[in-house]
Amino acid sequence: MTESSGRGRIGVLAIQGDYAAHADALAEAGATPILVRKPEELRELDGLILPGGESTTILRFLEKHNFLEELRQFCSSRPVFGTCAGAILLSREVRNPQQPSLAVLDARIERNAYGRQIDSSIVNGETTLPGGALEMVFIRAPRFLSLGADVEVLARREQDPVLVRQGKVMAATFHPELSSDRRVHQAFVDLVARFRKD
Amino acid sequence: MPEMNGKHQLASTQLRLKVGLAEMLKGGVIMDVMNVEQARIAEEAGAVSVMALERVPAMIRAEGGVARMARPGLIKQIIQAVSIPVMAKARIGHFAEAQILQELGVDFIDESEVLTPADETHHIDKHAFTTPFVCGARNLGEALRRIAEGAAMIRTKGEAGTGDVVHAVQHMRQIVKEMKALTVLSEQELYAAAKEHQAPYELIRMVAHTGKLPVPNFSAGGIATPADAALMMQLGAEAIFVGSGIFMKERATPLDVENNPTERAEAVSRAKAIVTATTHFNDPKILAEVSEQVTGTMKGLAAAALEESQLLQTRGW
Repeated sequence: MTESSGRGRIGVLAIQGDYAAHADALAEAGATPILVRKPEELRELDGLILPGGESTTILRFLEKHNFLEELRQFCSSRPVFGTCAGAILLSREVRNPQQPSLAVLDARIERNAYGRQIDSSIVNGETTLPGGALEMVFIRAPRFLSLGADVEVLARREQDPVLVRQGKVMAATFHPELSSDRRVHQAFVDLVARFRKD
Repeated sequence: MPEMNGKHQLASTQLRLKVGLAEMLKGGVIMDVMNVEQARIAEEAGAVSVMALERVPAMIRAEGGVARMARPGLIKQIIQAVSIPVMAKARIGHFAEAQILQELGVDFIDESEVLTPADETHHIDKHAFTTPFVCGARNLGEALRRIAEGAAMIRTKGEAGTGDVVHAVQHMRQIVKEMKALTVLSEQELYAAAKEHQAPYELIRMVAHTGKLPVPNFSAGGIATPADAALMMQLGAEAIFVGSGIFMKERATPLDVENNPTERAEAVSRAKAIVTATTHFNDPKILAEVSEQVTGTMKGLAAAALEESQLLQTRGW
């Protein structure tokens, strides 16, 4: 077995959004990225990233192609990581406006919570990941309104939780794939590797 | 002039945020809309963004007159109606229209040749804005000049308002070919290449190292069918703009989506089909299915039959 396959085959949902940036980030973190556009392509994977993009666009697509149910099953058995739009798709309840979701992360989330593009920002925030403060790129970002008791906060923007984990589900309201710091993707690759061993 | 980091990427915070939003739109379809109902249909069909404008290019072409920025009232209504990003067009060089659009909270400003140019020498200094800009280009030099001025996204120009994809193809091939050619040049040859393309040396060097534009490259102008969208994606476009192709019936007559259920259904079917084709651009089986499902297509206008003076794409320099 090669080193890369040892770290896991990690899919990136490539319906729409910055999936190419995630694929590059995964490769840099030592995993083998695989672009996923059809439900049957989920079968061979050890983990999956739901990228940033427009959550309505991705949702419409998933609903149309009976993809949503397959994805929900995938999320209940293997590690997933959602950023921005991906975090919205994973959360139990979505506001502004209300919309359906995979509901595998015990969280309430509000879309476009910081404003429009003009309010997008890059900030440094505290994280429990080793290595000090983390650069966070927020683009028309959502915000977690509340988190379940089982959800661990891995990073904050001032008071707001922005990187969280519940079991094998990780979610970020910012875009680690748009920074050069690979600690967040590394944490997910490690989660996938740990889960493969268990 | 954009700064770069060691990896030949744009470095300033402002520009990273602007390009960041463009990244989020990749693989998607941006649809021209003229009213709230069209905007809702676009969002429902899976558009990643809508472009708010008074008249789509096919109507501007047919009706003539000065084409300007859309009314602020219309833009505000559309911003209220949808949760996806909203774009709007400013005339080339008309930085006051751009200031107004930024103030209205538009997420992306298109400095567009589809509107009547306001300045025949200068484009807008796009670094002066917080809102990102998209600009059209027909060749690499034009694309890099726009990026030097601060554009965060390039859309390869087709001939807007025709439903004829031929110029979108020609210019996408042109830009891709020119980028490929740069990658095989030696460092010394890049200075002369910058002179030939009439573009800043730093950007030429960036393209030579990466083989692609430093900002996302989308395709626009004349895309009217799911097959057109798939063609442009296969040729290297990272997302698709559809203008007159979804909501137009005849040359200057839009489908009546507000009062006529059949025409509304036709617009919905075209919009959904182009969205699906853009995601599955490399899957002929799915392309065949969505092409079959779509009802009706904009009639169109052969671009070869247009006089040079009727072309919109030659605006901008």
